[in-house]
Amino acid sequence: MPKIRIPTPLRAFTDGEASIDVAGSTVGEALSSLVEQHPDLRAHLFNDAELRSFVNIFLDDEDIRFMQGLDTEIAGDDSLRIIPSIAGGLD
Amino acid sequence: MIIHISHDLQREISEQLEATYPNEGGGFLLGRGEADQVQIVDIIQVDNVFDEAEQHHRYAMRPQDWMRLEDMADERGLSLVGYYHSHPDSPALPSEYDREHALPNFVYIITAVMMAQASDMRAWQLRPDRSAFDELKIAARRSLTE
Repeated sequence: MPKIRIPTPLRAFTDGEASIDVAGSTVGEALSSLVEQHPDLRAHLFNDAELRSFVNIFLDDEDIRFMQGLDTEIAGDDSLRIIPSIAGGLD
Repeated sequence: MIIHISHDLQREISEQLEATYPNEGGGFLLGRGEADQVQIVDIIQVDNVFDEAEQHHRYAMRPQDWMRLEDMADERGLSLVGYYHSHPDSPALPSEYDREHALPNFVYIITAVMMAQASDMRAWQLRPDRSAFDELKIAARRSLTE
C-alpha cells in the first residue's frame, strides 16, 4: 500500500501519525484517500480542487509537478512526501 | 501559547537578518512543542532563494531544505517547530502573503529590521481555519536547558 509522509505541522490533523497508508494508483487518488481519512487536512493542502501553490508532493526525490502532476502513477510500495515551500514577505 | 527562546538564539537571528538587510532573510526553528509551550533549541539559517530582484520583500526556501532539515530534526529527536524571517523597514506583523503561505501548528517569528537594525521580534501562529494569525508570547531567557 502506498504511504504519504506528513510534514510536522500537519501531524496534528493525523492524530500525530507521521506516515499514512493510502489507496490509489495515482498521486491524485492517494491524496484523495488521505483527505478522506483525515478531512481536516484538505483546507491546508487544496485551494478548491487545486493543490495550494506552496504544497509540494515528492515521489522519492522528485517533485510530481515535474512528472505528470496529480496523474503521476504510483505503485503499491511507493512513498510520497508532502513538503511545504516556506515563503514569506511583505504585501 | 508561549515560545521559549534563549537570548543567544535571538541574537543569532537578529545578526543574520541585519546582515541580509535590505533583503529578507530567514531560517528554521528546531525544538520541542508540547501543549501550549514551544521550546526553541536551535535555529538553522537557510538561504533566500526568491528571485534576487524581489528579495527586499520576499523570502523563500527550497522544498529540499525542508526535507533535509525535517530528517535532521527527527535524527536529533527534535521537530521543525517553525520558521523565522525578516521584514526590512516594515513592522513585525504577518502580511497577507505570509497568511496565504502559512501552515497551522507552526511558529512564525517575524523580525522588523529598520535601517539595518533588528528592532522588534514577534511570534505568530495561523488559526486552524486559516483566517488570521494570532500573536504568541515570547519568553526569552538567558539560557534554555535542552
